[in-house]
Amino acid sequence: MSFDTFDVWWWPYLFILLAGWLATDAWRYLGVYLGGMMSETSDILVLVRCVATALVAAVIANLVVFPSGALADAPLVLRVGAAIAGFAAYLLCRKQILAGIIVAEAVLLSGLYVFG
Amino acid sequence: MNEIATTESSSEDSHIAWYLRGVRRCFSIPGLVLVSAFIGFAGLAREAGLTLPQTVFMTGVVWALPAQVVLIGAVLAGNSLFAAAFAVALSSVRLAPMVVALTPEMRSKKTRPWVLYALSHFVAVTSWVLAMASFRNVPREMRTAYYTGLGSTLVFVNMGVVTVVFLLAERLPPPITAALFFLTPIYFLTSLWGSARERAGHVAMVLGLACGPVFHILVPGFDLLAAGVLAGLVAYLWHRMRRKREAVG
Repeated sequence: MSFDTFDVWWWPYLFILLAGWLATDAWRYLGVYLGGMMSETSDILVLVRCVATALVAAVIANLVVFPSGALADAPLVLRVGAAIAGFAAYLLCRKQILAGIIVAEAVLLSGLYVFG
Repeated sequence: MNEIATTESSSEDSHIAWYLRGVRRCFSIPGLVLVSAFIGFAGLAREAGLTLPQTVFMTGVVWALPAQVVLIGAVLAGNSLFAAAFAVALSSVRLAPMVVALTPEMRSKKTRPWVLYALSHFVAVTSWVLAMASFRNVPREMRTAYYTGLGSTLVFVNMGVVTVVFLLAERLPPPITAALFFLTPIYFLTSLWGSARERAGHVAMVLGLACGPVFHILVPGFDLLAAGVLAGLVAYLWHRMRRKREAVG
């Protein structure tokens, strides 16, 4: 039962509802329910946050190292280099996300024009 | 702020006024950064073979970019419904503690529970950061109205952004499309680092970045799950050991 299993118009929407909406809003509703009952500093929440952070980090790394589409045409060194440059700019500019994005995109685009 | 004093006089007016202030709060640097991330997401979804209505639908009902990126990843990998839901749920655990932190600040004695449940759908990194930073200047009774304006506007604006990008993406030259795809990882690379509450979050992030591609080769299909659990657990153990050392030393 994957996204392409059934060839009817509503299946992808049901898939998105169950795997997307239910899997996210269940946590939000749980959060409202627990609101105030749990301490933000409780130790189990540290573990929960660590696993969640590492999971998203793994997604990011895979998007950079194994991209699909037009980004795959850029050499690996350029993609990783642009990401590192962007992250360095973000740290140097006192954690301005916009600075990181601008520098990373500038490095990627100039690299594509030089090598492409 | 004399704005607060004047709006408190008539309750009906001030709810609308605070709603509109919430709407206006979206048009800021964090809002702009989120739009750029959704530009990237639209490109990603399009490349994955989703249709425009499916992508807009997903943006509206999920409204958590990491979860949406994971869901697209699961669709691309042909994962089963259960595996996809599990990966998405795991990537969204962070929403629960975020809501736990926000709800007590938004609640007044008169607030009905269903309002809080409904508003919790808007909780994602950007609206959460904006709300936590702005609530100090919002009277408690007006915070639900303010957050309704802030949260719903972010959702609707980005559903519009996704639509426009989807329709334009076909005509863009390849380097620009590549730059669009690059927005999503860079946005998360930076915002994830900034949102970490404790040092262990940074450790988890660095380990997760390293584990992702390695496990992608070693255990395809389970790469995200394996990387998340292993890197998260190691970061947590590091956190425990550090705390113990602090307690002893």
